[in-house]
Amino acid sequence: MSARFEPVIGLEIHVQLKTRTKMFCGCELSFGAPPNTHTCPVCLGLPGALPVANARAVHFALKIGLALGCEIAPRSLFHRKNYFYPDLPKGYQISQYDVPLCRGGRLGDVRIHRVHLEEDAAKLVHVSSSGRIHGSERTVVDFNRGGTPLVEIVTEPDIRSPEHAREWLTLLRATLKALGVSDVDMSQGSLRCDANVSVRPVGAGELGVKTELKNMNSFRFLQDGLRAEIERQVGLLEAGLAVEQETIHFDPASRRLSTLRSKEEAHDYRYFPEPDLVPLLVDERMIEAARRELPELPAERAQRFQAELGLSAERARELAFRPERGDFFEAALASSDGRGAPPSSLANWISLLIERIGADGDPAESKVTPGALARLVAMVEAGEVSRDAGRTVLAELVRNGGDPVEIVAREGLGRVSADDEGLAEIIAAAIASDPDAAAKVREGSTKAIGPLVGYVMRETKGRLDGGEARRLILERLQARD
Amino acid sequence: MSSADELIALTGAEAAARVRAGDVDPAELFAAYRERAAAEDLGAFTWLADSPGEPPPPDAPLAGVPVAVKDLFCVRDVPSQAGSRILEGYRPPYTATVVERLLAAGAPLLGKTNQDEFAMGSSNENSAFGPVLNPWDRTRVPGGSSGGSAAAVAGGLAPWAIGTDTGGSIRQPAALCGVVGLKPTYGACSRYGMIAFASSLDQAGPLTRDVTDAALLLRAMIGRDRRDSTSVEFPGAIVPPRRQDLRGVRLGVPEELCGEQSGIEPGVRERFEATLALAEQLGAAVERCRLPHAPHALSAYYLIAPAEASANLARFDGVRYGLRVDGERELTEMYCATRAAGFGAEVKRRIMLGTYALSSGYYEAYYGTAQKVRTKIAEDFASAFERFDFVATPTSPWVAFPLGSKLEDPLAMYLNDFCTVPMSLAGIPAISIPCGLSQGLPVGFQLAGPAFSEQALLDAAYALELALGFDGSAARREGGG
Repeated sequence: MSARFEPVIGLEIHVQLKTRTKMFCGCELSFGAPPNTHTCPVCLGLPGALPVANARAVHFALKIGLALGCEIAPRSLFHRKNYFYPDLPKGYQISQYDVPLCRGGRLGDVRIHRVHLEEDAAKLVHVSSSGRIHGSERTVVDFNRGGTPLVEIVTEPDIRSPEHAREWLTLLRATLKALGVSDVDMSQGSLRCDANVSVRPVGAGELGVKTELKNMNSFRFLQDGLRAEIERQVGLLEAGLAVEQETIHFDPASRRLSTLRSKEEAHDYRYFPEPDLVPLLVDERMIEAARRELPELPAERAQRFQAELGLSAERARELAFRPERGDFFEAALASSDGRGAPPSSLANWISLLIERIGADGDPAESKVTPGALARLVAMVEAGEVSRDAGRTVLAELVRNGGDPVEIVAREGLGRVSADDEGLAEIIAAAIASDPDAAAKVREGSTKAIGPLVGYVMRETKGRLDGGEARRLILERLQARD
Repeated sequence: MSSADELIALTGAEAAARVRAGDVDPAELFAAYRERAAAEDLGAFTWLADSPGEPPPPDAPLAGVPVAVKDLFCVRDVPSQAGSRILEGYRPPYTATVVERLLAAGAPLLGKTNQDEFAMGSSNENSAFGPVLNPWDRTRVPGGSSGGSAAAVAGGLAPWAIGTDTGGSIRQPAALCGVVGLKPTYGACSRYGMIAFASSLDQAGPLTRDVTDAALLLRAMIGRDRRDSTSVEFPGAIVPPRRQDLRGVRLGVPEELCGEQSGIEPGVRERFEATLALAEQLGAAVERCRLPHAPHALSAYYLIAPAEASANLARFDGVRYGLRVDGERELTEMYCATRAAGFGAEVKRRIMLGTYALSSGYYEAYYGTAQKVRTKIAEDFASAFERFDFVATPTSPWVAFPLGSKLEDPLAMYLNDFCTVPMSLAGIPAISIPCGLSQGLPVGFQLAGPAFSEQALLDAAYALELALGFDGSAARREGGG
């Protein structure tokens, strides 16, 4: 990106709530049920049917609003947002407009503009060989999804880079997950993200013309889409051209951006207050009920990991923003075997575990129990097992599970002690294997010791630390003098 | 055994009493009306039931006396087309709450009655199923939009009926047909299953031969429905009216609706004044009063109602039910072709008016201002009710007019609702009772009271009805064809 321009990004996030029933009717939510089996006159928009707001969805939205530090409106309104589309059986979506349930707030370093409730549209399935809308032979509608409760979260334009957007969305996702209000699965569409993007000369106070990037359905696509759009806008400005206000689609496969709607084609939604619903009144009792259910939130948890457990800020976020990792970490700390395992070491070993199970893996679903990991870390810390041997044990735990103490005994991975006769022989053999290196070390060029340490590590299968090996080799070489 | 004519001569309450006493077989009663309705040539019915179904339990309050139901009430598996071609052949999978309640109270469904399309009209000439004729004079309109229900009751084709009132659609046809029509307080009756015209104004209510029947039907219809958020628990009970005088009753006659400039025709004014004089004889205090914003009611109404209608009617797109006219290629063409063929001229006019009034840049000037006027009108009534128990006006400025005479002039047609729209905007109850004839045609007298004053309104109307002694039997003789 050009150093002369900075991006300004705001996000609009749609969160499907996991209530039992839909936003305005009694149909149960369903994933993967046969099409059009969870419908009724209300969510099909049949003539004469009327919506009734789902109290549970309001409760969930309040939890989100409180978790994001929003101001809760004691009286908010539902509006009709009018447009024709086959996924919208009433010809309008019931949403909130100028008097939303929640306003203001902050999560991490990004301010929240508003949080409101609405209903999801039905699902259109385009039937064609290509799977694309254009050129599809026909489109069928599955109304099972229609009317699913949605919360829309709109941020202020406080995000300054694609990486920042991705990191912040991770925090939001963790927060929503901790609240237990949504599956927050981007690939399933229970968490969806649009972004408003503009660029401006560094230091400028005014905002540039923004575009809206639609529906980036993974964290990577969000980052990639933003990068591509920022690059495009900077390119335009550097060429002396203007950015047009438009809605843009990012195709992650081709990494190409295409215009969905220009400013002229923008809808006039003709919002007006939904006369079929009474104003949404929220009293202290409802707010208290939502507040009581707030768990410790990821941002607070990261703070605690830093302040009370002495983790680095980065390590604390790594664990806290992924609740499953944070939970595993705390379970290991709490296990009786965790006593000899300092939190920061434990945190580092969890990172090693995650490297092995993959970034999307849940450690709780691996074969490694929190107690086993804690025991392993305690052994390493007590010097019973070298760090390298510890990695070997971890690999075995990931493969087959089990007890690290047993694995160490079985595999003979216990630390080699300095007075072990076998070790003395190995060191001697190492020096003999590379007289040149030994000579250089003797002459004071300690850098040359590498191959000798490597030899010892190989021969001991890592059962002592590299530093220890180095110390013992040096000792031996100097003793000869 | 009774002859069909004897049965037809009974009011709903009288017939119910006979059934309960064992003097009348409800199946015979149903058959008598069924036969007359099948032979009718007023165009009042769009569909007739074949049988009354299960006989009602002996203690059922409506005792098997059949009810005619305006077409726009959804009834399971029964054509429910709201007078529109766009709902051609539509048989809903569910039944409207008020119809369910009437059935549960022991009133079997006699048939569906004709109406102005989507309740938009004051002459019943806007029906896709042809006009309805006034049983007092077949060259004249019955009023609208509940013209079929009013004509059926007046013509002796049904013992009683229900309709809906958005700006006068129960009261005005009741007036023009010489029957009693009651628009309840907004929220008193559930709107669930009523095909919506203007959601913030629509209310179901009875059309009956006399005030006692109106009380009986209303009692069965009211009450909170958890499927309609805008419905409320009716405070207090509705009982058959007994009051025989108006001692202590203060009647306000609003200058703005009844004054010289109001356009009330002389014959109607004469009957209205005579009825006021009768009220005084019964002990009422009659005084002029002011509703300063009432002259703006029609203007506000013709912004609010079409705005809501433009959204309510968006769902009729040919995709899921009713008429579908296929386009050449695209979905949008199918939408357009379906709506062009399915909606009548008046409906299209109101959709366009409403769409315009909600458009970006016009919303505040039109819809916003209209809502402010609405609030002012409600305040006018509130202050009038500080001094008066009821407000009295003619229901319609004129008697039934010749078919076709106002069709070419929508504004003249809209003036039909001059005296009824203010109460609709204020959400207050109002009743129209026949107060005599002018040019051989019935004149309606309207009483309006504060929210939930239905019992008091019925009591006062009953006292007037007794004193007026209106005889509607001539129309019942005509109605049989």
